[in-house]
Amino acid sequence: MGLFSKVRGGVKPPHRKHTAESATERMPVPETVILSMAQHIGPPCTPTVKVGDKVEVGQIVGDSDAFLSAPVHASVSGEVTAVTSITMPSGQAVQAVVIRSDGEQRVHESVVPPTVETYDDFLKAVRASGLVGLGGAGFPTHVKLRPKNVDAVDTIIINAAECEPYITSDYRELMENSWNIVSGVQTVMEFLDTQRVIIAIESNKPAAIKELSAIAASVSKPGREVSVQTLPARYPQGAEKVLIAQTTGRKVPPGKLPADVGCIVMNATSVSVLAWYLKSGMPLVEKRITVDGGAVAEPKNVLVPLGTPIKDVIAFCGGYKAPARKLLMGGPMMGTALKDDSLPVLKQNNAILAFDEEALLPEPTACIRCGRCVAACPMSLTPPAITAAYKTKNTDVLEKRGVMVCMECGSCAYVCPANRPLVQTMRLAKEMVRKASAKS
Amino acid sequence: MQNSRIVRSSPHLHSGDSTRMIMLDVIIALLPASVASIWLFGWQSAALIVTCIAACLASEYLSRLVLRREQTVGDLSAVVTGLLLALNLPATLPLWQAALGSAVAIVVVKQMFGGLGHNFVNPALVGRIVLMVSFPAAMNQYVVPFWMSSVDGVATATPLVQLESFDLQTLFFGTYGGAIGETCAAALLLGGVYLVVRRVIQPTIPVVFIGTVFVLSWLISGDAYEATRQILSGGLMLGAIFMATDYVTCPVTTLGKVIYALGCGGLTVLIRQGGSLPEGVSFAIVVMNILVPLIERVTYATPFGKKGGERHA
Repeated sequence: MGLFSKVRGGVKPPHRKHTAESATERMPVPETVILSMAQHIGPPCTPTVKVGDKVEVGQIVGDSDAFLSAPVHASVSGEVTAVTSITMPSGQAVQAVVIRSDGEQRVHESVVPPTVETYDDFLKAVRASGLVGLGGAGFPTHVKLRPKNVDAVDTIIINAAECEPYITSDYRELMENSWNIVSGVQTVMEFLDTQRVIIAIESNKPAAIKELSAIAASVSKPGREVSVQTLPARYPQGAEKVLIAQTTGRKVPPGKLPADVGCIVMNATSVSVLAWYLKSGMPLVEKRITVDGGAVAEPKNVLVPLGTPIKDVIAFCGGYKAPARKLLMGGPMMGTALKDDSLPVLKQNNAILAFDEEALLPEPTACIRCGRCVAACPMSLTPPAITAAYKTKNTDVLEKRGVMVCMECGSCAYVCPANRPLVQTMRLAKEMVRKASAKS
Repeated sequence: MQNSRIVRSSPHLHSGDSTRMIMLDVIIALLPASVASIWLFGWQSAALIVTCIAACLASEYLSRLVLRREQTVGDLSAVVTGLLLALNLPATLPLWQAALGSAVAIVVVKQMFGGLGHNFVNPALVGRIVLMVSFPAAMNQYVVPFWMSSVDGVATATPLVQLESFDLQTLFFGTYGGAIGETCAAALLLGGVYLVVRRVIQPTIPVVFIGTVFVLSWLISGDAYEATRQILSGGLMLGAIFMATDYVTCPVTTLGKVIYALGCGGLTVLIRQGGSLPEGVSFAIVVMNILVPLIERVTYATPFGKKGGERHA
């Protein structure tokens, strides 16, 4: 497949995949884990344990009746010491179960391979695994695999683009667990009765492309085709809509889901974790995190029990070698800046980045209308027009200019020579539109 | 340490480009034309360039001071305006008039509308137009390059009026009378290539602008040679490459750029052929500058996945 982008726009930030060749290291069990009840898109879970309860690895500690949710499992064995409220990076206050580890990592009796015969069994198992979109969005996987129009879905796309700079956690999954990924792919394909799976990898990961291509070729058969597609190394290839357009030429209309154009997109690590759950019955209790950035002493990929405080993960990586002026959960293009390094690792986290002075960006200056943001936007938006409409609070124009299509990839702000906070403006403008439409 | 941690909206990475770097690139791109102007018209060119840049910087500094706004002299945009204005002036223009034009460009056209990014017409062009209207005699005093005047004895000439007397080579290298920076097409094209290579501008506007003038001139005169002379003479190269492409006063959409450049080219030919003025590039660009908001309104790209065509910005 061609290395030319079928989607306009995008940018070429430096890759900085320093940790690409650092094999995953499992960190020691932390003293305590803090399990947030909101590790997915949708209503938060309710704690199912209380202070003083003894828990074991894989035991459910939080669940919800809501459709759009996924259960939370204990990642360590030990004792519940608190059910408290924590402030998430978004500013939202949520409940969390704090477990003091006994260091024994006893596995709970519920951890047994699930019996899966029908599509319904499969969906139940996916929900029980606690799996959410591990690429960052945290969309519950069992909901994703249950589209209204499942018969119309003919393509499953495995997102291994990993287009954000620094992050290599999916790449390590491709290199270390390639067979697991393909096994997961085959299972999903069978239960959804889908004809083809496309594993999409950016061209800057040749080793992974080679590895996966060989396996894909060996399992592909007519009616159940598995192939690897090389994407141009151009940010944001891994954005769902961009990825679908790039691999299939289909465009997801605003407000619609990938299934509406016959596609389901799954993150590579998600599908691998799913395969592992079906084999072992062990739900999602640990996650590979890329720890990098100029303020981290020993950048590496770490397998972290979910709920581990970020500072413990950093300590395992040799600690800070410089003051962490900026601490990110996620990549530098879309990640969230954190104030506090005692926050826990969440299911959908794939990187922790800590930066020294290098993270200081210049102050914004006046927009010179150079149009670079317009050229960079993969969604064909016009940030200057949206900014103008936002300033005049004109929500009609904001909607007409497509502000709700913005996925906050940051390409516009990355190229802006005036260093305008364009993504921030987009977010505020979207919020303005949401409030206006809620009123009317 | 905790308190000094920066929390802000993503992205946390930046390309490193800045307004200052872009302006510096434009200045570099104008160097060949500046050198050519000194080669052609001597120390008077150098004096004009220095005067205009100094006057623009001083005007920018003082108006920001008076308006109590933060200083922006460092972004180098005033240097670009000064340099562009100087290159649009005849060599014999009194320096005080050049300084006045610079002050009008910066104070009235740029700073009174809010400074860089907020002016709706090109400051240097309006500076030139104000001088043309205020001092028509001095502004139309186009000396031929001084070291050539002894050869053929022509003291003054208004280039587009006597176009027949120049061959293509003369026009390409600019060895004829005109504004100091506009005659040498070779130097301007070199600067244009630099801007495109450095991705400061896209070639859309210059190509469509110059192309339109060529095609229309050819259609009107029925002569490709004459059409070639039309595109090589007057302020067209300078205007199309450096003035019409001014970010602030041209559309941000690609289709908008095409429409805008077509309009610039059409109006230039209209003024050259039908108007009482010999040259129309400045007026054509200023008129199209004013139309930019309207052009943008009808040329916005369709957001990804929305119905109504697949027009890209």
